[in-house]
Amino acid sequence: MSLRRYAARRLAIGLVQVLAVVTAVFLLVQALPGDAAVALAGDNPDPQRIAQIRAAMGLDRPPLERFGDWLGGLARGDFGVSLISGRPVAEFLHDGLGPTLVLAVLALVLLVPLAVLLGVLAALREGGPVDRVVTTVTVGLHSIPEFALAVVLIALFGVQLRWLPPTAVGADLLGQPAVLVLPLVVLVARPLCSISRLVRAGMIDALASDYVRHARRLGIGVTRVRFAHALPTALAPAVQQVARTTDWLLGGVIVVEAVFVVPGLGTILVDAVAGRDLPVVQGLAVVFAVTTVVVNLVADLLVFRLAPRSVAIA
Amino acid sequence: MHPLNRRGFLGLTAGLSVAALTGCGAAEPTSSASTPRDGGRLRAAFAGAGAKEVLDPHLANLFVEAARSKALYDKLADLGPDVSAQPRLAEKWEPDAGLTRWRITLRQAAFHNGQPVRAEDVLASYARILDPARAFRAKSSLALIDLPNSRAVDERTVEFALKRPFVEFPNVLAAFGAYIVPAGTEDFTTPVGSGPFRFVSFEPGKSVLLKRHAEYWEGAPHLDELEFVIANEESARTNALLGGQVEYAHDLTPTTARSHAAGDRMAIHRAPNSAVQAFAMKLDRPPFDNRDLREAMFLLADRAQLVESVLAGSGQVGNDLFGKGYQHYADDIPQRTRDLDKAKFLIRRAGAEGLTVKLDTSTAAAGMVEAATVFADQVKGSGLTIEVVTGNKDSYWSDTLKNGSLSSFRSGAMPIETHVAQRLLSGSGTNVTKWARPEFDALYDQAVSTVDAGRRGEVYREMQRSLHAEGGYLMWGFADWIVGAAPKVGGISTAPANTLDWARFDKVWLG
Repeated sequence: MSLRRYAARRLAIGLVQVLAVVTAVFLLVQALPGDAAVALAGDNPDPQRIAQIRAAMGLDRPPLERFGDWLGGLARGDFGVSLISGRPVAEFLHDGLGPTLVLAVLALVLLVPLAVLLGVLAALREGGPVDRVVTTVTVGLHSIPEFALAVVLIALFGVQLRWLPPTAVGADLLGQPAVLVLPLVVLVARPLCSISRLVRAGMIDALASDYVRHARRLGIGVTRVRFAHALPTALAPAVQQVARTTDWLLGGVIVVEAVFVVPGLGTILVDAVAGRDLPVVQGLAVVFAVTTVVVNLVADLLVFRLAPRSVAIA
Repeated sequence: MHPLNRRGFLGLTAGLSVAALTGCGAAEPTSSASTPRDGGRLRAAFAGAGAKEVLDPHLANLFVEAARSKALYDKLADLGPDVSAQPRLAEKWEPDAGLTRWRITLRQAAFHNGQPVRAEDVLASYARILDPARAFRAKSSLALIDLPNSRAVDERTVEFALKRPFVEFPNVLAAFGAYIVPAGTEDFTTPVGSGPFRFVSFEPGKSVLLKRHAEYWEGAPHLDELEFVIANEESARTNALLGGQVEYAHDLTPTTARSHAAGDRMAIHRAPNSAVQAFAMKLDRPPFDNRDLREAMFLLADRAQLVESVLAGSGQVGNDLFGKGYQHYADDIPQRTRDLDKAKFLIRRAGAEGLTVKLDTSTAAAGMVEAATVFADQVKGSGLTIEVVTGNKDSYWSDTLKNGSLSSFRSGAMPIETHVAQRLLSGSGTNVTKWARPEFDALYDQAVSTVDAGRRGEVYREMQRSLHAEGGYLMWGFADWIVGAAPKVGGISTAPANTLDWARFDKVWLG
């Protein structure tokens, strides 16, 4: 099967997956106690008022009918409107995607070269002091949960020393890049370990492989062998991990968004679920599902380019 | 004794904050919070609800929306420090002898576009709230207005017809969300109100920027600009304040207040009597249909310990009655204290020995789960066992209105009359304790049709005596509302949350 046909088939399967996710999300939100009217009424749950809110929101229509309408709209590229504010869901997604993308892209730009560099360095000095230091530091960072690291960094650099802004409250992320420093450190800290460890392991394997030894015997320079022959093979397993990390970052890392006050997709999701704002939750589910499908497809295609044998295209 | 205690407490907090402010002024003579100064931008951090926030004041639901609505708009009346209605856009109100026709005179005020606030705008705003096809929060409060028979007498006089005699009509004018908007407004993307600040820009879930309305009828605000920013996590609001990113952080926990009270980077402002903390027993079903068992519960609560542990001391004990310190509060009823022996006796007499009762709670409001846990512990050894059940926070209030027999409860400030009307009459929409007594309903009708304030107060006291003796609310404490601000910020009031002077940024200045 050609690569193109493989990609097309994967996309078709992806479409089915997205539909399945959206349906599951719809059923799950239906299963949650209370609906948008109950959540909005809050501590003033007069049944008469809840009934009025329900009617005003159109929640008195059968759930399946509402879901069907929403799916129909989706096919035309219409995500529907928020039950609570009446604003188009597309606006919510657009507002939340900006901060999430800024964080995700910058985190990846920092993370990937750094992790590869550390992994390669450690592999080339396997068992040496550099390897040990890199291993200790990255594993140490990996063992700290995001919120704990965030709280410590904020207390130290934001509040005590006042070197960096403790939160991004009300800030324009790209206009005031200083607010991005602490969140990015927190986002990079954990994946740095998993990716650099995979690169290190892959690199050690590759360096010990027959083809690398053969290339050396052919008289190819050591640098060229390392970076043109060994490294691509070594990167293949790490690419899958980068894909998982990308997926995690694009989902809006809720803890980081909450602690640093970055109003991205994660924050919107939490608010929408708390408000039972079903169209917004479904819109986010579509975005998250599409991201997952696309990121994983891209990763597989990339691995195929790097190390054709490691992906079985059947 | 108790009013003295309360005043003593109020005086003490006021004294402390003045001491803190002058102390700061003495250290830094150039930035003093004690003398009002004009200018500057104040950034205020509130919890929000993300991008679903709206600027339509009639849809206001959250604290941040209430604070923004107050900055942009006015109501005809609002609640004063004792939670009684005070005139705002209404200069005065006069009922007829039958209390069913009220003549409201508007003060000379203008919207931000220069248009005067007219009788027509008032009627149109109320008509919008009362629209049968919609569900605005103030609708149930305004429902007793007979709108078709109300009219604009002239440009600045409205005559409201009511469906029944109601002497507390000013409470309706002060209802949450009953703001006056220019007639015909449906688009709130660039809101135009008559409030102390004009609209500049809005990013949902992130910030709202307002600027001084120099021609405000009550005098121009001190601040040039006011920016509301959203930070849902309390720790983030605290950090933003400590890091100098905001000058005002709304709704902090007692723990934060305690740890920063002595520092020089944050001034703590406490508004006593802002939120009542309680347990609600349902009277229409076992086991709390038994009066002895309810009294036993009242006697089992160690209120001082609950205030100390749950509110970290930032509050006062309650006496099972709503509205401590508010107008018409029955402060002559002796304070209940823990009496384990009598409680045991009452539990035996009720035949409830060995009974296990489920206490429904959730994290829908701060401190509720903690209070339930502490109370369950206090009940141990009485013969009764309380099992704490933590439910879903988003649907909590609606769930506990219908289900269970015992639940955590909290409420913000409102006039005692409103509390009774919403929660304690046979036909009340949110009657969580299922207190439904024709003779109590009759007392309420009598109170709200009694013109003489002294006699009316006596009826309110009688109602409270019966609630205290037999009611279903175990109101154990009143939490302070805690706000953090930069030490240079002056003019922050300690009036209860939800009243006129709470979050009143036109009176605040940057020293």
